[in-house]
Amino acid sequence: MLRIKGLTKRYRTGDLALKGIDIDVPDGQVMALIGPSGAGKSTVIRCINRLVEPTAGTITLNDTEIVGLRSGDLRRMRRRMGMIFQEYALVERLSVMENVLSGRLGYVGFWQSWARKFPQSDIDEAFRLLARVGLDHMADKRADELSGGQRQRVGICRALIQNPELLLVDEPTASLDPKTSRQIMRLIKELCAERKLAAIINIHDVMLAQMFAERIVGLKLGEIVYDGPPDKLTPAVLTQIYGEEDWASTIRKADDDAEPVDEAAPALPSIERDRLAGLT
Amino acid sequence: MSGTAVIVKKVWQRRDRKTQFAVWAAWLFGTAVFVYCFQLISERTIWAFVLDAPAQAGDLGARMVPPAWSYIHYLWRPIWDTLNIATLGTIISIVIAVPIAYCAARNTTPSVAFVRPVALFIIVASRSINSLIWALMLVTIVGPGVFAGIIAIGLRSIGFVAKLLYEAIEEIDESQVEAVRSTGATPAQTTVYGIVPQVMPAFAGISVFRWDINIRESTVLGLVGAGGIGLELNAAITQLYWTQVSLMLLVIIATVILSEWVSAKVRHAII
Repeated sequence: MLRIKGLTKRYRTGDLALKGIDIDVPDGQVMALIGPSGAGKSTVIRCINRLVEPTAGTITLNDTEIVGLRSGDLRRMRRRMGMIFQEYALVERLSVMENVLSGRLGYVGFWQSWARKFPQSDIDEAFRLLARVGLDHMADKRADELSGGQRQRVGICRALIQNPELLLVDEPTASLDPKTSRQIMRLIKELCAERKLAAIINIHDVMLAQMFAERIVGLKLGEIVYDGPPDKLTPAVLTQIYGEEDWASTIRKADDDAEPVDEAAPALPSIERDRLAGLT
Repeated sequence: MSGTAVIVKKVWQRRDRKTQFAVWAAWLFGTAVFVYCFQLISERTIWAFVLDAPAQAGDLGARMVPPAWSYIHYLWRPIWDTLNIATLGTIISIVIAVPIAYCAARNTTPSVAFVRPVALFIIVASRSINSLIWALMLVTIVGPGVFAGIIAIGLRSIGFVAKLLYEAIEEIDESQVEAVRSTGATPAQTTVYGIVPQVMPAFAGISVFRWDINIRESTVLGLVGAGGIGLELNAAITQLYWTQVSLMLLVIIATVILSEWVSAKVRHAII
């Protein structure tokens, strides 16, 4: 499991992005990190794989301390964490297969990777993963020929071929249309369930977070203001995270939801609610 | 409510009065300088020669035709030398320029404080000296001939290639590099997978463009003794064999057109 204690990040500009946050993510848990822009969501994820250096605090993944690791150990640590990016971050001019196989770079030598001579087991796994996300016929296409949803699937394959213990997912749906967003989130959730994989998903779409995460952590100005199940995310909580707004149409209600709609906000007719749900 | 309501129209002008006056003054100053300079140059010009120019040009032109076609057999070798000077010089410059560009780009340099300034200085030094001047110096150092030309072209091109390449490296999408790094790749692997594919089109374009320029530059290197067709051209001009000169000019034009065509094709194929 992942254990974050007192994580603090002060950027060189002096901005205190994280003010000593504590999060434990048990094995197999899909956790969504929500909050307004600038709350520090990306900083949390990037501190975990040290793309950003934490200022203070400890992060341990299955009893290995991450903060303070030196180059070689840090690279071995990064192999154990897959990351999925906003805007996909595929290497545009490489093929789909090369992009997926780049997830194995931590395991092969320099000349091997230079010559694209990956072990057959890696290639088999890459084909298996591409088939799992429905892109095995695209293996030799260049990444920039793919649509947004397809690219993000390749990004998912690149993260999973690392055979990680943890998935770090940074705004996976920010550049996707609503339908594709749901498909991608569903895919991530299913794959995590198949592999008993823990995931931290940064997401600004509250409804998607509620639909696909089993736990939600709300971040505001570098502090945790909510940590709990998706269905306890009341308008009051959302107001605390994001500020004053009419949240009635944002909060997902299952059709058989017994809880009354929040007293302060006017209830929308259910048709209206579904229509909005489809659009968000 | 009746006639008292005044509609205030806001006035908008591109420049306020002060700026407008400054612009006008600048134009006045520029015109004055131009007129003054024109007068200076005019005083130092022998206008009789200038007025004579069309006749002189016509005369020279007449002496240039017809080109001495039979002389072309003596030109294959010099033009081949010229192409070799350009090509080998470009290759040498690329080999040296790539590591310099890597050290000069802010996002890849090993040290912004120490290595980068050195790399930038090499680039400026190479760019600020024309290949003809490099050739002049090299002819005295390594003696006249093709070798001096190759080195001159190489030295001149390092700065050009390195500068454009390091700018291309600085413009890459950093998130792709981050993605490769976060898989646990070593810095060398990150370069090969994250950076090289992104700068490859720019690299190919720059190399072919410089080769194209070098073919033109290497045609004149012979003027200072550094080999190639320029050597023949110089000899023909000093001996007033104008029909040979015109033939050589035609050969040079043909070569340059060919190189333009090749570089356009290559760039199109890669990008």
